[in-house]
Amino acid sequence: MAHAEAHALHPATNTGIDNRKLAIWTFIGSECLFFASLISTYLVYKGKSLVGPFPKDIFEIELVTAGTALLLFSSLFVVLSLNATEQGNRKKALLWLGATILCGVFFVGMQVYEFTHFVHKGLTLQGNLFGASFFTLTGFHGTHVTIGVIWLGTMFIEMLRGHVPPAKALNLEIAALYWHFVDVVWIVIFPVVYLMN
Amino acid sequence: MATSVLDHAGTAAIHQEKTGLWSWITTVDHKRIGVLYGASAFFFFLLGGLEALLIRVQLSRPDNTFVTPEFYNQLFTMHGTTMIFLAVMPFSAMFFNFFIPLHLGARDVAFPRLNAFSYWVFLLGGLFLNASFLFGAAPNGGWFGYANLSSRQFSPGPNMDFWAIGLQILGIASLAAGVNFFVTILNMRTPGMKLMRMPMFVWASFITQLLVLLSFPVITVALIMLMFDRLFGTHFFVPQGGGDPLLWQHLFWVFGHPEVYILILPSFGIVSEVMPVFSRKPLFGYAAMVFAMVFIAVLGFGVWSHHMFATGMGPIADTVFSLATMLIAIPTGVKIFNWLGTAWGGSLQMKTPMYFALGFIAMFIIGGLSGVMHSAPPADLQQTDTYFVVAHFHYVLFGGSIFALTSGAYYWWPKMFGRLLDEGLGKLHFWLMLIGFNLTFFPMHIVGLHGMPRRVYTYSAGFGFETLNLLETVGAFILATSFVVFIFNVVKSWRSGLQAPADPWNGATLEWAIPSPPQEFNFPEEITVHSRDPLWEMKRSAGGRLPEPVRTSGAGIHLPPPSIWPLMAAVGVMLVFLSLMLHEKTGPVGIFIAMSVLFLSIYKWAFEPVH
Repeated sequence: MAHAEAHALHPATNTGIDNRKLAIWTFIGSECLFFASLISTYLVYKGKSLVGPFPKDIFEIELVTAGTALLLFSSLFVVLSLNATEQGNRKKALLWLGATILCGVFFVGMQVYEFTHFVHKGLTLQGNLFGASFFTLTGFHGTHVTIGVIWLGTMFIEMLRGHVPPAKALNLEIAALYWHFVDVVWIVIFPVVYLMN
Repeated sequence: MATSVLDHAGTAAIHQEKTGLWSWITTVDHKRIGVLYGASAFFFFLLGGLEALLIRVQLSRPDNTFVTPEFYNQLFTMHGTTMIFLAVMPFSAMFFNFFIPLHLGARDVAFPRLNAFSYWVFLLGGLFLNASFLFGAAPNGGWFGYANLSSRQFSPGPNMDFWAIGLQILGIASLAAGVNFFVTILNMRTPGMKLMRMPMFVWASFITQLLVLLSFPVITVALIMLMFDRLFGTHFFVPQGGGDPLLWQHLFWVFGHPEVYILILPSFGIVSEVMPVFSRKPLFGYAAMVFAMVFIAVLGFGVWSHHMFATGMGPIADTVFSLATMLIAIPTGVKIFNWLGTAWGGSLQMKTPMYFALGFIAMFIIGGLSGVMHSAPPADLQQTDTYFVVAHFHYVLFGGSIFALTSGAYYWWPKMFGRLLDEGLGKLHFWLMLIGFNLTFFPMHIVGLHGMPRRVYTYSAGFGFETLNLLETVGAFILATSFVVFIFNVVKSWRSGLQAPADPWNGATLEWAIPSPPQEFNFPEEITVHSRDPLWEMKRSAGGRLPEPVRTSGAGIHLPPPSIWPLMAAVGVMLVFLSLMLHEKTGPVGIFIAMSVLFLSIYKWAFEPVH
């Protein structure tokens, strides 16, 4: 009786959307403004640097394009992993989640390499506005990817231990929503920073 | 149901109130967190008030040397920052926490531990900001931190580091709370409570959270860039490196203008609760009220540059922002008329909350009118940086927010603490506050129009500022006295106040249906609502009065267990920022240790069993 009552007092949510899922959507909405401010700053300061190096001296499009492609694919992989989790196919879910994480790791690695490379070429936070706004924007995006990798990595371990049955697929879905968002932000950053020169 | 049977048995005291310091440190109960917010906000409010009094003593006569110019800069910066981020916002948060779940008929917020986390981050951030006084290096660049006043070159000490980092910490608290209450309001309403049946306070809070969620990320980015300029030598706002100080102003006010609605909308909500209850009439124009607030919130994002007319943006920008600003007067006027329409023909119960609510309406109208005056760029150019502006925003922030928050404090005190406040002392508080407030701030309109500049530590004799400034200082002390009366009232109520019944004001909303103070689980049974004033409806159908609700054992009701990890995660956040500020001394090791504490706490939190 007591249990039934306790259960009755926790009805389904008014919107029908799980609290945590609504929360991550809300958070993503807020994060949009965060990245909008960073991207605006980058655009406002575009071409305003007093000294070099300038974007055309620095960018090598091949590596970052590969990184972009992998990040895009990782969004597909995490959906496949979620789908497998919902169907209770743990092996498949682990495989796709692992692929997602690998893509994320590669992307972060690409960025670390790129940052080091750029610093060697003379682009620094302090040197000019391009350096400051570039490193801040892409750096914060990279931090988001890193957090995503840690989050998905945690989910991977949980999955290995069998703690993500189909009933708990929502846990992965929430992490995946965050991952998609990080990916979508990059879809904006990539053309704005690397292509519009 | 089963609960009432258990109550008579008097056994199974599962939800006996926990006491002791540890129970407060680990609490995830929205009501306790609300009380913590209130107590902390009041502490900071007294600090900010003390700063204001020091400012007024310094300005009481010309060429005064009571404080140094350097300390004066710290005083007005910290006064503004404290009152906005550490007093008015957390006072609102106190009411959000305590009353949103009760208004919704819910057991708690959507994320109780995240709620505790918000509070602890806020508290640590507030203490961090004020700790700067201990080093004689309180922030000194104004609450708006204009570049390049805030740059390393012009502010070489750690003062503005405290400010830039302190506000980032406070922003995290606001954002976490914003997500929490946004989800709570959308998802945790009791059956029958459609959006358009929610109490107006919940509507106001909901729109406030939306503003927090959309505006705080912008100031966060601006603060990050300021921090990078100061700590890592970037040139975001440094003209020598090509940076544009005006970018700071744009980013700051894109946040700053919604922020003023973040400060006032909860107050609108409180007054919209108090007016109907003490007029014995439903709120006039409920739907118009909701749409007016939504309209204000939307427009609030399109008027930021009216803070920047003096920067010379050109006629087109000036015109657009001027018209948008004037437009806001319309929904605000709608709200004023709705409150008046609520009182019109009502059977007015002149209790203390009603006094403060009516005081709010009158004072807010004055502040609103001088606001419309600022919206015209030619007039604004004359008023910018004078005491006229100081008069304006104190009429909306003190005459507006603080009057309404005080009204809310008197209205909800019996529910929060189970004791009544003294009516006579309450009214004395009101009259002292009203007189002191007007004596302090009305003359500022006059000296402002005569050209007395704000943020300057003194003035010379012979400009005609002497008498009015002395009057303002006297007013400030009367204002301070009014809060001494309030404290006395609180102490008296605590020691010998009458026990509050569940429904002392004949309220319309659900919080009055349960005992005062509410039990940990709020509602023993789920309530279904059928109208906008559910409790009035229940009372009508019961023939006038409801029986006093009994305290039940609450056996079988699942509540989230207490947790230490929200506090630990807040400490982790604090350490991360500290290690950034001190990165030259602590190096990567400090950052690593801070990150470890944060990550460990988040993991412990995430994997903590809650069932």
